[in-house]
Amino acid sequence: MVKDVVCTFCGNACDDIEFEEEYGVNLCPLGEAKFSKKDRIKAPMIDGKEVTYEEAIEKAAEILKEAKRPLLYGWSSTVNEAIRLGVIIAEKIGGIYDQCSSVCHAPTTLAMIEQGIVGGTLGQAKNRADIVVFWGCNPVEAHPRHPTRYSVMAKGFLTKGRLDRKVIVVDVRKTPTAYLATDFYVVKPNSDFAIFTALRSAINGNENAIPDEVGGLKRDEIINLAEKLEKAKYGVIFFGLGITHTRGHERNVEAVIKLVQDLNRKTRYILQPMRGHFNVVGSGEVPAWEVGFEYAIDFSRKYARFSPGEFTAVEALIRGDCDAAMIVASDPVAHFPKKAVDRLKEIPVIQIDPHPNLTTKVANVVIPTAIVGIEAEGTIYRMDGIPLRVKKIRDSKYMSDIEVMEKLLEKI
Amino acid sequence: MIEVVVITGRTTEQGMTIDEKLSEAYMKAVNYCEMNEKDMEKIGVKEGDRVIVRSEVGEVVLYVKKPEVDLQPPEGIIFIPMGPYANRVVGILNGSGTPQYKGVKATIEKTDKNVLSIEELIST
Repeated sequence: MVKDVVCTFCGNACDDIEFEEEYGVNLCPLGEAKFSKKDRIKAPMIDGKEVTYEEAIEKAAEILKEAKRPLLYGWSSTVNEAIRLGVIIAEKIGGIYDQCSSVCHAPTTLAMIEQGIVGGTLGQAKNRADIVVFWGCNPVEAHPRHPTRYSVMAKGFLTKGRLDRKVIVVDVRKTPTAYLATDFYVVKPNSDFAIFTALRSAINGNENAIPDEVGGLKRDEIINLAEKLEKAKYGVIFFGLGITHTRGHERNVEAVIKLVQDLNRKTRYILQPMRGHFNVVGSGEVPAWEVGFEYAIDFSRKYARFSPGEFTAVEALIRGDCDAAMIVASDPVAHFPKKAVDRLKEIPVIQIDPHPNLTTKVANVVIPTAIVGIEAEGTIYRMDGIPLRVKKIRDSKYMSDIEVMEKLLEKI
Repeated sequence: MIEVVVITGRTTEQGMTIDEKLSEAYMKAVNYCEMNEKDMEKIGVKEGDRVIVRSEVGEVVLYVKKPEVDLQPPEGIIFIPMGPYANRVVGILNGSGTPQYKGVKATIEKTDKNVLSIEELIST
């Protein structure tokens, strides 16, 4: 039996998985799907023809060297060691480094640059929180074991479990997460900024400034919610893409950061973004400690420049700046707006990934790799920034992301 | 035709098939929209019918899914699982670097057009 396996699906990075041969214990439905056998890219390919790893990496290096401004994108489902090499390659070839946060929690990064964040760990949420808020997120479907391991039902030192906690869920529609709520609020789309601001007014003693209705909530409901939040001995607000993907983007996150700052004048609160992929935090942390920025980094002037909206992958592709792309551990063809995907179809694309996906369909060079956390080991950051070592539990015929990046760097 | 706000997001099925994007299971996990039954009545569709959603970004044909009453989106809101279908109508650029994938204004009506396969979707 292999114990303490880290699941490499979502940002929970549950580290209590056990394997008896093929059978995994403690996995959620997403984890079970992750660890099950499925179709793989059989061998490295150039323009659909099977080749050796050597040939594919040689071709990839050639494309990257010839390109004026290649985009190196993805990284959220690989290990920090591979990401580090990717940042070095981007710097060497004068390309753009961008990662999945760019279409996800990047507004959170921007807001943290502006405001800082009153943060904590999932352990603090588990052990202390007596009020848990889920705002614009649906952990039951996106982070299935979050409620049992870290938040709603978790048995902590000071907060013993479900009965000791109030669970507040705020969303624009009822999701299965609402069934966990002691208090559920339906709000109007694109109104988070206004509601956070109204809650701050209530908390700061300016109730008179609140209009009769804000974002679908009546004035009394806002005041009542603010009172509930204030009653926490230790509160935690988890928020998701319901805030970052809607009108206001980083301004919404700034507003909730300020709300948490205000709450901290009365009691203790922390804020935690619900990060998606198991190492999306690493795809920002690693370039941050290498070159100072988390995403949207351009090296065309031989030093790192950060400019969201300019060097973020979607805009850089739509403008037609990028004349080649290397996609590592991600699938932008499935998740980018159509115009950005159209540009990917026009330029040479290198894909490094264990599984065939929509990006495989447009890639000129495909380099299959071992699955991180199953066939390859390394270091990742959980959603709260805790570093974890992921294990190799099966052998495979595939090279790891680290090995591919090392070889690629040698050739560049 | 009625006006709606489009919300996108993860679902359990989308998450379970994320490493098998060329499978039929993934296609079925992302090629529909969830609607409130009152909105369905307004445009005259039932579960399994096809609708065309149009926004300033583009248009897409989807199957209609009616969740159990308790989990239906509010009137005036439709939910599409994140993925290549949703991206035909969301993803408005706004300068922050992160496209607007949720809270996008659109119209929805019944259609006889086919729901494209993922292969067709990528090649058009």
